Amino acid sequence: MTAVSTPRSEFLAGMRDTIPMDVGSLPFGIIFGAVAVNAGLSPFGAQSMSLFVFAGSAQFIAAGLVAQNVSALFIVVTTFVVNLRHALYSATLAPYLRHVKARWLPLMGFTLTDETFVIVFKRFEERGALPYGQWYFLGSSAVMYANWQLCTLAGIVAGRTIPNPLDWGLDFAATVTFTGMIVSMVRNRSTGLAVIVAGVVALIANPLPNRLGLMLAALAGVVAGVIGKSLFREDQVERLGVSSDVGPVARGQQ
Amino acid sequence: MNEALMIGGMALVTFLIRYPVLALVGKIDMPKRIFDALRYVAPSVLAAIVIPVVLLPSNKPIQQLPDAIPLVATLLAALVMWRSKSLLATVIVGIAAFVILRAALPLFGPVFGQ
Repeated sequence: MTAVSTPRSEFLAGMRDTIPMDVGSLPFGIIFGAVAVNAGLSPFGAQSMSLFVFAGSAQFIAAGLVAQNVSALFIVVTTFVVNLRHALYSATLAPYLRHVKARWLPLMGFTLTDETFVIVFKRFEERGALPYGQWYFLGSSAVMYANWQLCTLAGIVAGRTIPNPLDWGLDFAATVTFTGMIVSMVRNRSTGLAVIVAGVVALIANPLPNRLGLMLAALAGVVAGVIGKSLFREDQVERLGVSSDVGPVARGQQ
Repeated sequence: MNEALMIGGMALVTFLIRYPVLALVGKIDMPKRIFDALRYVAPSVLAAIVIPVVLLPSNKPIQQLPDAIPLVATLLAALVMWRSKSLLATVIVGIAAFVILRAALPLFGPVFGQ
């Protein structure tokens, strides 16, 4: 990269890099809209949930609970548990965003999704703390947010005409994008170990409710990665300067 | 059920998970050990999302041919990503493989006796 990075170029790069994720979440958004109105949410409520909550899997689970007539309080508590993994995302990205003015952080927090986290983390890990990193983040957020709203709307409109939206299996599209990201991230043995251990724990913990298995599996994967890093002596490799590793405060920016 | 109350509550708890950590952690010096460990969050979470979807479709082990379609399409997508390094190509091939295999399923019926 020789081009000079500007807020505009970073914003556009964030948008561009997130487009494959949009393709993956497109069916997911449409199915959410359809499921939500079939579950008994008003069209206005379904769209509002996408506008103000903006958390795919929590919205899905909430729609399922609405269909079962459980209390609003129970749904809010469930949402909290399902979204807990986002705290891990925030902790991961925060060291790269130290230079960002405080007024931008609420907007970034509000739009932090699985997809944006993965895309932004990959960029920061490869390039370190960029001076305009927040614009890359917001570019990614912008296309995810716009995509999610439009897909929800399409699903709401089509909702009554799709009798069993979940039977189509098109929510599988997100699996494919995530698989691609895993392949691009496994560049050393410790990361491979983290992926395998997280996968195995997720299989074992699958019966746990509210995606608690996901949280457990993620933590197990992190522990496995750390152990693997010293086991495979990747620390030494880094010290020899073989790895292209760039820390958050490296490169003397700001 | 009060819809507005429910959505407002969901929005609030979600924001309170995402934002405070982003704001606070950026202000303190994170030990290098923790920072290094957090780099495994993304691949671990993705694996934890993908692997059960593929190996436990409908929350059951793969027993019949239709159950194996997500697995086959996912392995193909992984291969495309590995060779092409293009996420967009991976997504397109993976979804196309999934749709085509589902559509072609009746053709395999006589072969596998289903």
